[in-house]
Amino acid sequence: MPIIDAVLDDFFWRALIGGFGVALVAGPLGCFVVWRRMAYFGDTLAHSALLGIALSFLISVPLNVGVIITCVVLAIALVLFSRSRALATDTLLGILAHSALAIGLVTLSFMPDVRVDLTGLLFGDLLAMSRADLAWIYGGAAVILILLATLWRGLLMSTIHEELAKVEGIPVERLRLVLMLMFSLVIAVAMKIVGVLLITALLIIPAATARRLAHSPEHMTLMAMVFGFIAVGGGLSLSWHLDTPAGPSVVVTAFSVFLLVYGSARRAPS
Amino acid sequence: MPEALVTLNQLSVALDGRPVVDRVNLRLDRGDIITIIGPNGAGKTTLIKAILGMQKITEGSVKLAQALTIGYVPQHLSLETTLPLTVRRFMSLSGCASAQCQAALEKTGVGHLMDSSIHHLSGGERQRLLLARALARRPDLLVLDEPAQGVDINGQAALYDLIRQLRDELNCGVIMISHDLHLVMAATDRVICLNQHVCCSGYPADISHDPAFIETFGQPVAESLAVYHHRHNHQHDLHGDVVSGKTLGDEHSRECDHAHH
Repeated sequence: MPIIDAVLDDFFWRALIGGFGVALVAGPLGCFVVWRRMAYFGDTLAHSALLGIALSFLISVPLNVGVIITCVVLAIALVLFSRSRALATDTLLGILAHSALAIGLVTLSFMPDVRVDLTGLLFGDLLAMSRADLAWIYGGAAVILILLATLWRGLLMSTIHEELAKVEGIPVERLRLVLMLMFSLVIAVAMKIVGVLLITALLIIPAATARRLAHSPEHMTLMAMVFGFIAVGGGLSLSWHLDTPAGPSVVVTAFSVFLLVYGSARRAPS
Repeated sequence: MPEALVTLNQLSVALDGRPVVDRVNLRLDRGDIITIIGPNGAGKTTLIKAILGMQKITEGSVKLAQALTIGYVPQHLSLETTLPLTVRRFMSLSGCASAQCQAALEKTGVGHLMDSSIHHLSGGERQRLLLARALARRPDLLVLDEPAQGVDINGQAALYDLIRQLRDELNCGVIMISHDLHLVMAATDRVICLNQHVCCSGYPADISHDPAFIETFGQPVAESLAVYHHRHNHQHDLHGDVVSGKTLGDEHSRECDHAHH
């Protein structure tokens, strides 16, 4: 179709469409990050994405696949380590986040033949969005949204009170794993837009903004999506017009909206 | 003999090699109320978690009746304030019909809070909400971990009364942990005093002068229980409605006599 082709041939529109796809899933997943106090955990996974990229080059698999697998392995390792309680969780996360990032950077430096746009990976790149990336984003978003819709009650209940959920027969452990899988997926697809260092911001800030106005978990999820759209739309426009880096522009927009909402809106009743 | 709801057989739990629950045997039938008491670190919560399947068992076994619906009232409902939640939504997450949820809330006396935010409830209201949630599922077994925490003294007596009443209505079994020795003695059928192992168990009237009980809680506590009931009997007019139950008062006055002679 000529109209769609015309739109998809324009890199700005590609980036915008991709960004909206990311915001669609970053909203609900961001709510879970906020509710479950997983901000630092999300950050650790995102940092490990760079290690995933380096490994993908090393064994020549598609970047997205490498990132997803690395994130999942790290997530499982985190869960297992934190169970042993030898170290406080935040210490453990700090160690793994920065070690993964560092190992990724060191590994990349060993491969002089591989040309990577490091700034683009770390902070996002407006120009980098390909049609294949769009397919990844919307494919990933569809999987995540379907999972969220079918598992919603269990996910919500195990977030509110894990033990109560367990007694009521909700498979808490399995749901935690599914949630981590979804995080890994969203990190792999959001990486191109906002970069690995800023993904957590796109998850948390819209969700936190939504909290101010929301009166139910579902309402908060939808609002977070809307604030995500605003952040992506505003940020990419900023990046396009002022030639600023894409990821930071998206985060700056999200933060401005956050300040605006917290400054002006009355607190929601509940 | 009908099937027991819960049968514990030589149940032991060790954490890092340290025994926390040691060879506990227990049988709970429909209509029973068993209260677990014991000092801090006695393994009360661990025991309950083992029954609920949340704690790995080192030795022995937990046998639950087939198709058992469990209502659980956790020690506290610590909620993330970032999650906007009304009482109505919290209740509906149990998967029960809304009429059933409403009825359960009415029963525990918090029906008027249906549309309030869960974050604005007081400690006592939260306990009642948790109880309502457990209730809405029409449990065969009700497990309560210090249900009266954060509830004032009048509310505590009322709460224990309510638990007994629910037992009668649902014909369910009840296991609860409690620290409120005085109220427990009045409100329960059977008391298990746990200090890793079951140091004594039996009816409230008998247990407070069991040597093992006195050893665990100390002579002053055991005596205070006796004295408490004694004073309660004699100063009833002054104290008014502190603790309910006349028949129980009689029981305790007997217990008093034993303790002082």
